[in-house]
Amino acid sequence: MATETLIWLVPLPPLLAFFLIVLFTNKSKALSHSIAVGAAFLSWLAAMLIFAAALGREHLGEDPFTSQINWLPTGDTFLKIGVMIDPLSAVVLFFVGWTVLMIFLYSVGYHNFGQPAGDHDHKGLPPHGATVTDEHGHKHTVLSIEPMYSRFFAFIGLFAFGMYTLVVSDNLLTLFVGWEIMGLCSYLLIGFWFAKPSARAAAIKAFMTTRVGDVFMLMGVAYLYSMTGTLSYRAIFYNEEVLHHLATTAAPLFGMSAAGLIGLLLFIGTVGKSAQWPLHIWLPDAMEGPTPVSAMIHAATMVSAGVYMVIRIFPLFTADWDHHSLTTTMSIIAFIGAFTAIFAATIAVAQNDIKKVLAYSTISQLGFMIAALGMGAYIAAAFHLVTHAFFKALLFLGSGSVIHGMEHGVMHTGDHHVDPQDMWNMGGLRKKMPITFWTFLIGGFALSGFPLVTAGFWSKDEILADAFAHGHWAILATLSIAALMTAFYTMRQITLTFFGEPRTKEAEHAHETPWTMTTPLVVLSVFAIGYGWLGIPEHFPGLGGIVPNWFHEFVGGTLIHHPEAVAFHWEPLAISLVVAFGGLGLGWVVYKDVKAGQPDPLEKPLGPLYPFLKNKWYFDEFYTYYVVGPMTWVSEVFTFQWMDRGVIDGIIHSVAQLAPAIGSFLRNWFDKPVVNELIGDGSAAVFQWLGHQLRFIQTGRLQAYLISAVATFLVVGAALYYFGF
Amino acid sequence: MEFMSTHLLTSILFFPVVVALVLLFLPSDQQKLIRWTAFIGSLIPLGLTIWMWTQFNSTAAGFQFQERYPWYDALGSSFHIGIDGISFSMVFLTTLLTPIVILASFGITDRVKAYMMLFLFLEMGMLGVFMALDLLIFFVFWELGLVPMYFLINQWGSPKGEREVNSIFGKFTMPSRNYASFKFMIYTMAGSLGLLLAIQLIGVLFGTYDLLTLYEKWTSLTDGTLLGMPVAQVKTVAFWAFAVAFALKVPVWPFHTWLPDAHTDAPTAGSMILAGVLLKLGAYGFIRLVLPLYPAESAQYAGALAFLAMMAIVFGAFASYGQTDFKRLVAYSSVNHMGFVLLGIAAAAASAGTMDAHIAMSGAVLQMFNHGLSSAGMFFLVGVIYDRTHTRNLDDFGGLFPLVPVYGTIMIFTSMASLGLPGLNGFVSEFMVVRGAFPVLTVYTALSMIGLLFTGAYILKGIKKVLHGPLNEHWAHGEHRLTEINTREILVMAPLMILILVTGIWPMWILDVINKAVTMLF
Repeated sequence: MATETLIWLVPLPPLLAFFLIVLFTNKSKALSHSIAVGAAFLSWLAAMLIFAAALGREHLGEDPFTSQINWLPTGDTFLKIGVMIDPLSAVVLFFVGWTVLMIFLYSVGYHNFGQPAGDHDHKGLPPHGATVTDEHGHKHTVLSIEPMYSRFFAFIGLFAFGMYTLVVSDNLLTLFVGWEIMGLCSYLLIGFWFAKPSARAAAIKAFMTTRVGDVFMLMGVAYLYSMTGTLSYRAIFYNEEVLHHLATTAAPLFGMSAAGLIGLLLFIGTVGKSAQWPLHIWLPDAMEGPTPVSAMIHAATMVSAGVYMVIRIFPLFTADWDHHSLTTTMSIIAFIGAFTAIFAATIAVAQNDIKKVLAYSTISQLGFMIAALGMGAYIAAAFHLVTHAFFKALLFLGSGSVIHGMEHGVMHTGDHHVDPQDMWNMGGLRKKMPITFWTFLIGGFALSGFPLVTAGFWSKDEILADAFAHGHWAILATLSIAALMTAFYTMRQITLTFFGEPRTKEAEHAHETPWTMTTPLVVLSVFAIGYGWLGIPEHFPGLGGIVPNWFHEFVGGTLIHHPEAVAFHWEPLAISLVVAFGGLGLGWVVYKDVKAGQPDPLEKPLGPLYPFLKNKWYFDEFYTYYVVGPMTWVSEVFTFQWMDRGVIDGIIHSVAQLAPAIGSFLRNWFDKPVVNELIGDGSAAVFQWLGHQLRFIQTGRLQAYLISAVATFLVVGAALYYFGF
Repeated sequence: MEFMSTHLLTSILFFPVVVALVLLFLPSDQQKLIRWTAFIGSLIPLGLTIWMWTQFNSTAAGFQFQERYPWYDALGSSFHIGIDGISFSMVFLTTLLTPIVILASFGITDRVKAYMMLFLFLEMGMLGVFMALDLLIFFVFWELGLVPMYFLINQWGSPKGEREVNSIFGKFTMPSRNYASFKFMIYTMAGSLGLLLAIQLIGVLFGTYDLLTLYEKWTSLTDGTLLGMPVAQVKTVAFWAFAVAFALKVPVWPFHTWLPDAHTDAPTAGSMILAGVLLKLGAYGFIRLVLPLYPAESAQYAGALAFLAMMAIVFGAFASYGQTDFKRLVAYSSVNHMGFVLLGIAAAAASAGTMDAHIAMSGAVLQMFNHGLSSAGMFFLVGVIYDRTHTRNLDDFGGLFPLVPVYGTIMIFTSMASLGLPGLNGFVSEFMVVRGAFPVLTVYTALSMIGLLFTGAYILKGIKKVLHGPLNEHWAHGEHRLTEINTREILVMAPLMILILVTGIWPMWILDVINKAVTMLF
């Protein structure tokens, strides 16, 4: 099969799985998950074949795999859509294929396949456990299977379709299609346990917050399309003429070039999708969804999609960049990225929920990538995107494994008030859950940038090195502090969860999870270490040059002008080492001796700052009070009650009432007094009065009548004679 | 057959009347027979439309299947009908939705014969508007469509509910279906008065009402005076007379308030056809009459139209979000969606002859078609749940998804089409309108994005209040136990859903015809 055909086929198996499960197999759990995992496997296989073909093609950047069809007739021409694999999409396809397959497999175990149905589980709520009786007649409470098991696999199938579509697209329109389908799926999956009001609210929050970004992005797409007449990456981003045209055309706003403004509009889409400040608020709440969903949305796919798009449009917003001072758009991007990186890290430090820590850490790491892109560090951002996808998926799945183990403990003790996600209820889990512990440690160290061994070190170091080499001191300082905090809260998390002694009975009875869950952890930890070795800078002391800097060479080919590798400096390396070791060490020292019931050791030294961080800088409260509230008022009161019902209907009713009003005026002031009373009744009254007045002549006596007849005759006769007849 | 193939349009146009006359002679107590006769009879115009499609030459300029018969000879008006790609898509939408709404009405037991006959008359009225190539014929059918709808709302509308009428003359209340039907009828007729006068003016001036002649003569008339006023001034007045009549029907802000009332109180099938086709008459009037007859004025006032469109998009979405009545929420969504149609039309008027105009106009026509599918579907789904619960109040529902999983899935699907999710039909047309309007009417398009954002808010509010959240136990047990959507109801939704999906993935099937016609016209 031609590679191009294969590229078209990559997204289809999960879509087919979605339809099959929804329409036919949803009654059978085993069949449904087999179809879904099988479909993920087929897509993975296709992705790997394509990746291999891409590796084998020389000058893939100049001559990518492409295929296009006419889609939308626009006057005499067509808007074409199609697929393309260039170096960037090849590496993204690689990590998406792996993480998606692992997450599908993991879901089987996470949703307790093989366990009995719950005693009183309801659709729309998480499973509560089932009572089983063993051969000795003892009753145990064990985990129960998810009541909407098949539905979950249908949804993640559709989600995988969205992500694959986005990756293989060769244009911004189908990218947007995949982007929005993932948005829908994240809504459905975050609200998977829809009967929980918190999950329902989180789902809506995620959809609406990202939609804020999406409408700006849609404008950017429309703008770009009307400027260039196409949306194809090749025709715009790999075309100096078009880029030059965009860079030299002035945009109507802020004195930017069209390229800058379009870049900014598209970037706002990413702010929503990749949860950058100030649209970051949906992502932590999205933890309401089942854990594999968190891994899918927050690590492997959806939030990565945002960064992927910014990497894609990199040639656009850097089109008018002179490679010295950043353009307006680049400065905005760099600022938002750097601020998000440090802002989210501060919040992560004070969170107790194991998944919330990871959620804020994701926001922070995405900030690193965005900041890198803002200062022009193309390769570093792409590199961090890939490594982060691996180690963050690993961490999320690891945290899910921990929660699952803790739930096992909760079932055992029967105390349902113990939150299995609260790290303060854990401790000592390294012995109970060894595979989860070791893999989580690898993921955590990768996130902290543990030197040389982990992938996270190489990618984060590259960002810092780039900031140093180009003298972006503010960004360098911000990101360094953020990296320090990252190492700190990661070690805090690892220590609280795995080290020390169990702080609750539930933690004592935690249990390692089944193979379907641990296998993905092991596979992902291989990448969390090994992938970094593909991008070791050439002049790195000792290691540089032994393994070629494959990532740089390969992905660099995506751009027309191959980006140069930055020269090696000792300073950023020293910073990397200090922050990684410093943060990890500090985290260990502060949290290693935490006992049950003890408050967070940070509470005292941070003082009032601690609740501020714990409450996420009060952003939720701010938005609720200043955005959601006023908008609800505008909708319910201003628009509907005042404008439509009050003013517009009031005018219509008044005009309508004018007809009866005129009618009643005419009746009461003309018809009744003039026509009826004056003319009608009036004339009658006149004659009646006259009749009354003349009654006296109706005497009934013949003589009187005769006299009056004679008199009349004389008078009339005299009158006739007088007037000359 | 021979007659039909040579008189294809008249056959499609008047076949519903034939069916209605057949119904007249069926015994009233044979409800089943009446329903099935109406349903099967209404499938024939659909079949003929599809047959016509195979004969239709999308690359030919001008109107096809033209028929012309003498009519009001004294006035110079003839019965002239014909279609092009734009009207074809609307004829198809009408003949498609009519059998669907008749099937949706199988639950009606009150005066079934009259009910079905009214729907068939309504179909003829709407088809006549889409086919007319004579101004007077256009007007006749335009008004003809009002009457059946009036009676459908007035007689079969929701029996409960009072509406408070507030005005500077004081307040009083009246039964809401009387209020709604009256408002619908009077408001539309009032709007048509100016249209009638303007049509008279044109007709008297040229001695003909034939559109094809007037396209040339009326537009080439630029100098001199008419009725003692400069031509340009007269044309401006006539332009607004046309525009207001059609704006009322679309409906465009601030003439939209009849719509939520009419929709809310109409029977389910009435709302489906009202949103699905009747609103399109107004937009079609803009496309068929206003833009071709008044190109200069349309371009001049495109900004004003775009402003009104933007207001409809934004405040339609806000008002929809502010509702507690499920049906009224869906009704306001029509204001929001039809705003995009007008935005596309305004953009095409402002940039006639360019690619922007073609994209915007094709998008507007496609949006009409798409909105016909998704709004009819949404209204039907509201009807399905109303039939079972006898309430439309969103606060009375909650957590119904586990009780009615199939209904819930269909509702989420249709809601997403309405929301404009990429991959489904609404996105394609909204994208085209935004793309076409953006370079021409940048500010209004940008402001309309607020409406697009809030489209999400009200759609999700509907899902949140009905399907998600803690289960309202009232509907879970005993006599109130909510029953799943039945086979007939699924069959009503199936063609809509299939077309929604197909249009989202491969819009070319219908857009090709529309685009070619638009490219030749604008």
